[in-house]
Amino acid sequence: MASLVGYQPEDEASHPPNAYPDYVSTRKRAPVHPPIRIAHTLSEITGPRLVRGASVLESLDLTRGSGGEALGERVIISGRVLDGNGRPIPNILLEIWQANAAGRYAHEEDRHDAPLDPHFSGAGCLLSDAQGRYRFVTIRPGAYPWANHYNAWRPSHIHFSVFGPGFASRLITQMYFPGDPLLALDPIFNSVSAPEARDRLIAAFDVETTIPERALGYRFDIVLRGRNATPMETSR
Amino acid sequence: MKFGPTPWQTVGPFFGPALVAPGLDVLADSHTRGQRIFIEGQVLDGDRSPVPDALIEIWQANAVGCYDHPEDPRQDKALDPAFHGFGRAGTDKSGCFRFATIKPGPVPGVDGGLQAPHINVSLFARGLLRRLTTRIYFPYEELNASDPVLKLLPEPRRASLIVKQVAKGRFRFDILLQGDDETVFLEI
Ligand SMILES: [Fe+3]
Repeated sequence: MASLVGYQPEDEASHPPNAYPDYVSTRKRAPVHPPIRIAHTLSEITGPRLVRGASVLESLDLTRGSGGEALGERVIISGRVLDGNGRPIPNILLEIWQANAAGRYAHEEDRHDAPLDPHFSGAGCLLSDAQGRYRFVTIRPGAYPWANHYNAWRPSHIHFSVFGPGFASRLITQMYFPGDPLLALDPIFNSVSAPEARDRLIAAFDVETTIPERALGYRFDIVLRGRNATPMETSR
Repeated sequence: MKFGPTPWQTVGPFFGPALVAPGLDVLADSHTRGQRIFIEGQVLDGDRSPVPDALIEIWQANAVGCYDHPEDPRQDKALDPAFHGFGRAGTDKSGCFRFATIKPGPVPGVDGGLQAPHINVSLFARGLLRRLTTRIYFPYEELNASDPVLKLLPEPRRASLIVKQVAKGRFRFDILLQGDDETVFLEI
C-alpha cells in the first residue's frame, strides 16, 4: 500500500464564485449546475511542474526586454510561494503578464487607445527558489478602461499563473497595488466577498525591497491550497 | 493581513502572449509510447456562442497509466521519458482547440481499483473568476462502468465527459459552459 496525501477542500470564503453578475462576462459563462465533488486520486495530487519550452529565468527583468528601457515607473515585486501551512514551496513555476505603463497590453485584441511600448512585452516566467522566494523587476502597469459598466476602469494589476505541486493546487490570480482608488469600484476584485481575503490580493509596499535611485519594492506572498494532515490509503 | 489562501481571479482576455505558445498543444513526439490521438473541440457559452478567449490545460498519465510526477509511486518502473503529460491550448476565434497526444492508460483509484482512462482538464476564460475542472473519458472502455467519478454522475449528464470518436484516433470534446446540457464540471 502506498499513501497519498490529498488536498483540503478549497476555502470557499477566500475565493470568488463563478456566477457574479456585476462582472458582466460571467452571466453567459458561469455554469448553472453546481460542480460535482470528487475524491482526490493520483490524478489530482500529481500535476505539471514545468511548461515544456518555457524558458525559466532565475531573475526576471521585464524593463529591458528588447534593446531599450521600458517607459514608466520601475517596480520590484518579490515574495514567497507558500503552502496552506505557511511552508515555502521551492521550484514553483510562476507566469506573469500585465499592461504597460499606459494601460495597454501587447495583445492584438487590446483596443485601448493608449500607446504600446516597443521595449515592454509585459510577459515572463520564473521559478521560486529553494526558499520559495521569487522576484522580478517590471513597470507599474497603468489602469485601463473596460466595457463592463459605465466608466469602468481596472485598477493597476499584474496577472499571476502559478503551478502548485499538484493539479489540485493550480492558481491564477491578480496582484493589486495598495491605495488604488479603483479597487473599491472593481467587480473582479470585489467578487471575493471576505475583506481579509481581498487584502491578500494587494501587495505591500516594502522599503527593504526598494532599491535606492532605482525602483520601489513591493511584497506579494502567494499562498496555495493546503494539504491534508494525514494520508489516505491506496493500493499500488 | 490574515494568513490564508490567495484568492482566485479571472485569467482575463489577454493571457495569450504569456501562456500560449506554439507546440504546447502537442504532448507526444515520435519517441512517445502509446496510441496517438487527437482531441478537438469547441467551447460554447450559455447562448451557444463560441468562446474565443478560453485557455484549456490538460494533464494526463502516460500509456501505462503513470504520471510524470514524484508523488506517483511507480516512477522508476513506468515512466516514459518522451512523455510529460501536460498540454495547453488557447481557443481560436471560433472557440476551437485541439490537442495531439496519446491515449492514457488506466490510473489507480483510492479504493484499490483502477480508474478508467481519462485526461484531467482545466478551463480558464474571461468571465470565469475561477478555474473549471472536468475530465475527458473515452468511449467503449470496460472500466467506464466501474469508474468512481463516472459513477457519481447522473446518467443523462455522464455523456458530456465521454469524447465522441469522429475518425480513427480522432475524438471530439465540446465544452458547454452553461445551460441544461452543460458539461459536467468537477470540484476537486
Ligand atoms: Fe488585466
